[in-house]
Amino acid sequence: MAKPLVSFRDVGKTYRSLHGADYPAIERFSLDIEVGEFFCLLGPSGCGKTTVLKMLAGFEAPTSGQILMEGREVTGASRDRGVVFQGDDSLYGWLSAVENVEFGLRMRHVEKAARRERAMRYLELVGLRGQEQKYPAELSGGMKQRIQIARVLANEPAMLLMDEPFAALDAQTRSLMQAELASIWRTTRTTVLFITHDIDEAVTLGGRIGVMRAGPRSDVKGVVEVSLNGARARTDDTFLRYYKQVYEMIRDEVAKSLARAE
Amino acid sequence: MRLAQRVWTGYGGYAVGFASLFVLWQLASLYLVSSVLFPPPTVVFKKGLALAKSGVLFEHLWASLQRILAGFVAGSLLGIPIGLAMGSFRPVRKLLEPYTEFLRFIPSVAMITVAVIWFGIGEASKIFLIIYTTIFIVILNTAAGVSAIAPNKIRAAESLGASRAQIFIHVALPATVPYILTGMRLAMANSFTTIVAAELIAANDGLGKMLWDGRLFMLVDEIFVSLVTLGILGFATDRMFRWSIYTFAGRYSPTGG
Repeated sequence: MAKPLVSFRDVGKTYRSLHGADYPAIERFSLDIEVGEFFCLLGPSGCGKTTVLKMLAGFEAPTSGQILMEGREVTGASRDRGVVFQGDDSLYGWLSAVENVEFGLRMRHVEKAARRERAMRYLELVGLRGQEQKYPAELSGGMKQRIQIARVLANEPAMLLMDEPFAALDAQTRSLMQAELASIWRTTRTTVLFITHDIDEAVTLGGRIGVMRAGPRSDVKGVVEVSLNGARARTDDTFLRYYKQVYEMIRDEVAKSLARAE
Repeated sequence: MRLAQRVWTGYGGYAVGFASLFVLWQLASLYLVSSVLFPPPTVVFKKGLALAKSGVLFEHLWASLQRILAGFVAGSLLGIPIGLAMGSFRPVRKLLEPYTEFLRFIPSVAMITVAVIWFGIGEASKIFLIIYTTIFIVILNTAAGVSAIAPNKIRAAESLGASRAQIFIHVALPATVPYILTGMRLAMANSFTTIVAAELIAANDGLGKMLWDGRLFMLVDEIFVSLVTLGILGFATDRMFRWSIYTFAGRYSPTGG
């Protein structure tokens, strides 16, 4: 197999606390993500999946182990790793949709006509043609997530990190966005790390699904390879089989995390 | 019809509100108090018109306004960068917070004495006082604006490849604009209080001086002209700020998307 794009090697993250005990969120977390794959990281709430994403994004440093991308250690945020956040608070409210999408290109001093052209291409790809002059506050939740996706894609990163990007959307919009993301991914083939707590979403989107254990000291419990070709119908037997397989892996972890919460 | 309705809900209420204020004032001064010490609005407006024609009113108005503007602009220009630095860099905040937290509790009115001793009764002392009353509010609001920026706005910029300087200029600064404007709006209101107090004590002209002369020479009408002018002036500048916040800064939200 080719060299993985990203390697987590025995990564640990302990949150230090001024009062009370330190919290070891992640411990001995190891995982490889291959070039061009759509990897879903699934886990019960509070298991540290977002922590994993933040460390790979470079927003937080691991307390032990290392994270390698293309053989180099991740030491901070970089435009190699574009991030799509769960909420809309990462958008710039004072910029129009197209200006938001251009942001990364503008920071790199890409000439105005060229960056406008590229931004429009990606707005079209996410289905926002005609909305480019609107400001985020004038757009719906689903449209705002499309801006985020276009903003990251226009920057052409080596990989996309998505932190439950559809979790705040209503069910209809969510399933529409999932279908569109799947089709965008088939066109661009950008490597994706997609964080979710929704089994259905993971089976719908993921080429591989990594199931995490309940925290503290969370790591990868197992990885399920999903070989579904083309469209993934939720009523399909194969789809349901994968759903059940993942469900059985995660069930105990959810129970554990609920028990801890009480 | 729709337009008429919008105009009514937008300005109609205001117009009636203001009109009722003057009607009540008229009634109160005619029937309730009925004394030369409380002139009705008709008398005050006549006096105001006369003072405006002779130019005396505008001289005082302009004197006060000039002081307010000079001090307010200088105070804001100093306060905004200091506030940005305090909000962005923890060591700067630690270093400067003792100053801001100590000095902002000493009211500018209390500083008049010192200002007059240091700068005399000329323009310098007034401008110093307006700067003093402006700067802390602007600093505090600007710094608060910087710390209210959603971390994801900064993170997104980082992973889109923005440098620290770019993040400051293209994210932190625009995201803080509404806070800066709010601070300036509050500072403007304080400037009015301060300038009147300062001119009451030590000045050769200005609306505060007009008030003081009115008291000395028992020109009650002039006192009221000065008071009404202050009210109108304050109201107008505050509306201007509200309007600019609404039109320019409506989109500039540090937290929302």
